[in-house]
Amino acid sequence: MKTLRILIGQNLGLLLAIGMFVVLYALYVGMHPRYSMNVVTQNGNEMLALIFVSMAQASAVLVGGLDLSVGPLMTLTNTFGSHVLAGTGGNLILGVLACLAVGTAGGFMNGVIIVYGRIQPIIATLATGAFFIGLALLLRPSPGGRVNGDFSWALTNDINEFGYTYGWWEDLGWFGLLPMQFLILLLVLLAVWFPFKRTVVGRGVYAVGSAEGAAYMSGVQVDRSKLAAFTLAGFFAGCAGVYLTLQMGSGNADAPQAGEYTLRSIAAVVIGGTSLFGGVGGMVGTIFGAMVLRAITFIFRVVPEDSIFGFMASPLLQPLFEGVILLLAVSLGAARVFRIRNRLLLYT
Amino acid sequence: MTALKIDKPIAIGIVFIFAILAVGTIYTLTHIGTAPLLQPTYLIQQLHFGAFLGITAAGMMMVILLGHIDLSVPWTLTASAMLAANIGGVTGDLTGLGVGLAVGLVNGLGVAYLRVPSMIFTLGVNTVLLGLMVMLTGGHAPQSAATDLMLFIGRDRTFDVIPHSVVLWILVSAALVFMLTRTSFGRYMYAIGNRESATYLSGVNTPWVIVGAFVICSLCASIAGLALAGYSARAFQAMGDPYLLPSIAAVVLGGTHILGGRGRYAGTVVGVILIVLLQSVLSLMQMDEAYRQIIYGAVIVVMLLIYGRGDRVQS
Repeated sequence: MKTLRILIGQNLGLLLAIGMFVVLYALYVGMHPRYSMNVVTQNGNEMLALIFVSMAQASAVLVGGLDLSVGPLMTLTNTFGSHVLAGTGGNLILGVLACLAVGTAGGFMNGVIIVYGRIQPIIATLATGAFFIGLALLLRPSPGGRVNGDFSWALTNDINEFGYTYGWWEDLGWFGLLPMQFLILLLVLLAVWFPFKRTVVGRGVYAVGSAEGAAYMSGVQVDRSKLAAFTLAGFFAGCAGVYLTLQMGSGNADAPQAGEYTLRSIAAVVIGGTSLFGGVGGMVGTIFGAMVLRAITFIFRVVPEDSIFGFMASPLLQPLFEGVILLLAVSLGAARVFRIRNRLLLYT
Repeated sequence: MTALKIDKPIAIGIVFIFAILAVGTIYTLTHIGTAPLLQPTYLIQQLHFGAFLGITAAGMMMVILLGHIDLSVPWTLTASAMLAANIGGVTGDLTGLGVGLAVGLVNGLGVAYLRVPSMIFTLGVNTVLLGLMVMLTGGHAPQSAATDLMLFIGRDRTFDVIPHSVVLWILVSAALVFMLTRTSFGRYMYAIGNRESATYLSGVNTPWVIVGAFVICSLCASIAGLALAGYSARAFQAMGDPYLLPSIAAVVLGGTHILGGRGRYAGTVVGVILIVLLQSVLSLMQMDEAYRQIIYGAVIVVMLLIYGRGDRVQS
């Protein structure tokens, strides 16, 4: 019983994010007139790029920084991907790997500037963000590119379609109805994040995020952990770029979109229970944070117009409601202010 | 005169400004054969336009000094200008400033009393303001013509030479420098930026200082919005978006520490002039947007590598 309470206490942010998502998504499902697995796949399509960008942001936030270049880096990978994902067969696999390499290299560059240049992450990534947008504009001065249709179809639908497109399998029962986005996300989590978290460097990320000085005195390789965290952020941003390319089928150096993704990623990280001061939180919460943000958008699409909440269906009001809900969600953290006994604890 | 003392960031900023002017002049001399960059009309024009960024960055500096940040600046600026233009007349102008006051109060109360990190709280407020503007002005074409006051402060010049926006920038600057260096409120701001708990224990009403700084920041954004609407003769959606990141960059390039507690106002002015000139010279050289962004990012990194490096963590 006691361990359970400790476990809950340690994962309060995560549980809150899951709870928020469940409530919001249940509302959405309840109001949706034609809910089916197709809708889930569609939702997954709109969620996954934001999820990856938010994971990138979380990686930087955990080590005590903030990465304003995750959106631009996603855009850069997107424009790069629109060139290299146009081939066929094995070229596509190489193309995906090249995209991920571009993202990782961008993140590594951020890391080098931050660690060896000793510039504050927020301002260093503000500058590299402009740099990445510039590169993206070089690669795609105007929107365009034609991504291999089969490939993007196969990866943005359910598992059955994936097999069907390449003639590998036809019907895998209920498993085949799961969206590919879910599989991709699971793969990245299991292959990259969970192993990373268990390494010495990964542990160091949390240590540096909670107290850099103490981590240094305890013999943590501070520089290595920081570098790894920002490189990992670049890798996740690269994942987002690849997925966005597959989803859109083309490349677009869209600076406003990049900025929007960056800002939303910060919100997703916070809603997911990761502290902006670093060292507390994780990827699973962040994923739910991003899904909460998307679920808010989804709900407004399905509010029945003749119900008492019909006024919410008005497209003119949606941005306002989204903003208010976002503000309320991030203000939930304020609850601790009213529980705290010693005011001095507020300032730590 | 501590306000005029030259320190490292300011000196290097000034060197960079001259370097930009030199490179631009060499370019125009070799390509066009004239040196428009060195003419007073060009420089005054840059100041005229730079004043909007200058006023925004001045406000931004106040919250950065506390170790906070205000991401609601773009839509505070836009909302002020749009509402003021929509209502029109003196009432409109006052409404515009009222928007700044209200947003600043909300931001300040949220950050100081609810203790929500400013980065995320102001982001939420920005989204709410965007939503409000879409709700109020969407669906029909709102009146967006600038009021007389806006035209006066944003577009007009005295004797066709002195832009009023620059005079306004100087007035705002003078007020802020006085506040930062000559009032206890200003000193508290530096103190909070250095160590909030120590300032609180010294008996300072720290929450109110934070609220005050956020109000100043939002008011500056409102003023910049009104002036900018005057400059373009109308208010429009998203007019504030290009002002967020450059204003942060200007403050940091001027030597203000992004985590708060350190920084001089003169540096922010230098940072603003640097960014405005850089953008203007790059567009004069008919550089592609792509190269402009790359050079812009590179200049920020290079300048910070020269003087903005943090201390190595040792304990």
